[in-house]
Amino acid sequence: MAKKKWRGFFWILPSFSGVAAFYLLPYADVVRRSFLGAVDNRFAGISNYQAIMGNTAFRLAVRNTIKFTLSCIPVLILLALACAVALCRSKYGGVIKSAFLMPMALPAVSVALVWRLLFHSQGLLNYWLEHLGLAGQDWMNGKSAFWILVLSYIWKNLGYDIVLWMAGLAGISENIYEAAKVDGAGEWKCFLHITLPNLKPSFYTITVLSFLNSFKVFREAYLVAGDYPHESIYMMQHLFNNWFRNFSFDKMAAAAVVESVVLLGLILLLQKTWDSGAE
Amino acid sequence: MMEKKLIKKELMEKKGIHAGKLLLWGVLAVLAAIALYPVFFLVSGSVMGEDELGSYLGPVVSGKEGYAEFPLLPAYPTLRHYVEVFLDSPEFFVMFWNSVKITFGVLAGQLLAGTMAAWGFAKYDFPWKKGFFLIYMILMLLPFQVLMLSDYLVLDRLGLTDNLWGIILPGAFSTFPVFIMYRFFVELPDSLLESARLDGAREWQLFCYIGLPIGSSGIIAAMVLGFLEYWSLIEQPLTFLKEKRLFPLSIFLPDITSASQSGMAFAASVITFFPALLVFLGGQDYLEQGIMAGAVKE
Repeated sequence: MAKKKWRGFFWILPSFSGVAAFYLLPYADVVRRSFLGAVDNRFAGISNYQAIMGNTAFRLAVRNTIKFTLSCIPVLILLALACAVALCRSKYGGVIKSAFLMPMALPAVSVALVWRLLFHSQGLLNYWLEHLGLAGQDWMNGKSAFWILVLSYIWKNLGYDIVLWMAGLAGISENIYEAAKVDGAGEWKCFLHITLPNLKPSFYTITVLSFLNSFKVFREAYLVAGDYPHESIYMMQHLFNNWFRNFSFDKMAAAAVVESVVLLGLILLLQKTWDSGAE
Repeated sequence: MMEKKLIKKELMEKKGIHAGKLLLWGVLAVLAAIALYPVFFLVSGSVMGEDELGSYLGPVVSGKEGYAEFPLLPAYPTLRHYVEVFLDSPEFFVMFWNSVKITFGVLAGQLLAGTMAAWGFAKYDFPWKKGFFLIYMILMLLPFQVLMLSDYLVLDRLGLTDNLWGIILPGAFSTFPVFIMYRFFVELPDSLLESARLDGAREWQLFCYIGLPIGSSGIIAAMVLGFLEYWSLIEQPLTFLKEKRLFPLSIFLPDITSASQSGMAFAASVITFFPALLVFLGGQDYLEQGIMAGAVKE
């Protein structure tokens, strides 16, 4: 009987041993280290946490990450929704959807080459702008670097979010629309009162996934601008990399713990809203 | 089903929407063109002769006056840059093989451990299953930076820093594919398994002869997503590999300080992209299914 009870666990066992060895145990070690001093390895209380909170680089990275998330996610989600609604009405939608998904397959190194030629101070973008009679600038070495990163993120993730929205749209029964049409509801009314409320569960998932994907823009940022980019695109990953190079494991440990707790809190919070929204 | 709905809708509102529709398609087409532009750019640059590249991109690559410009298509297409990459740069082959080793090593591990775990979560009950599953879900959601130090500590202890295994093993035990495959296995009706059990099938037979074939689209979906992810992996190799001979293509940023180098850079970028493109074209349906599976709420 006991064997049968644990039968399912044997299927998990190979995977779980790996997960424990490569993720769980070392993470526990990180939590332990976050309370130890850097040099003497003695218990240091919360001094590491205090140190990162006062660290200007940490605050800059946190600020940039928050600003980045708040700037790009709403735009991405709304744009993807608009595209999804348009695409699912046409038989050619599939072809255009492929075009939007293509950036997912393009490796960041290849993208970085294009970006370097486009956004260089003597690059293509400035060439086009000059033709339009506008003044260009050194895009990657100024505040505009931030917006280029936002654009890269939207460019890369639009197809992903369109697929998610289209899945949500396909899940809405057409009977509801027909009933509403019989009652004389117009296009826009249908969208507001049927489509949007029914997309609510999709909305939460898409938000979470878009948020998690936003951490990957570091790839483009790093490849275009290197270890020390313009301060407007100095992200958490840059900070972790720099600490790693200087062996500041104490700060890394504390920051990793803080970030995982914050992320976990956000995910659980979203899931709660999502559960109450989805009923 | 979708299409039927659309046709009905279109019949119902045929008047007065032509102009709006045209505008909408115009906007969509422009957006799609922007999405594809980098690909055109790379391919076109990779078959453009050195002189042409030099005259167009000179301002960026070699500090000429004025601005760079770029035509959609080259005037005199050539495959020279590809020949150069293939014949004159042995280090490119090494990187290509490193990428292949990393990607296929990770995928093989996910295929072995991941499918079994997904099957266990989907089709069995055992104590604390919910807790285990929650751990898997949380791990899937955490970005690399949070796990970077833990990753380093374990690799250091195992002596796997500066070793391709140090990239492969943590990837092989990534919990993301487990979650994707779980979504597909869970659809399989339990009654099917019960009747097979009554006929005397063993548990591993259920997995091999029922689970794997029926869940195959989920497995492929996870593999397609995994391929795209690990083929362009950046953070891990950047952190854990110091020796250049271990670098994968995904962190190879070619030098473009002269026209001939930029030609090779274009060709190298296209070659890096090519396997991912094949997987994308061959597996787009699975890719979409995988994206959707990642989103379905537990």
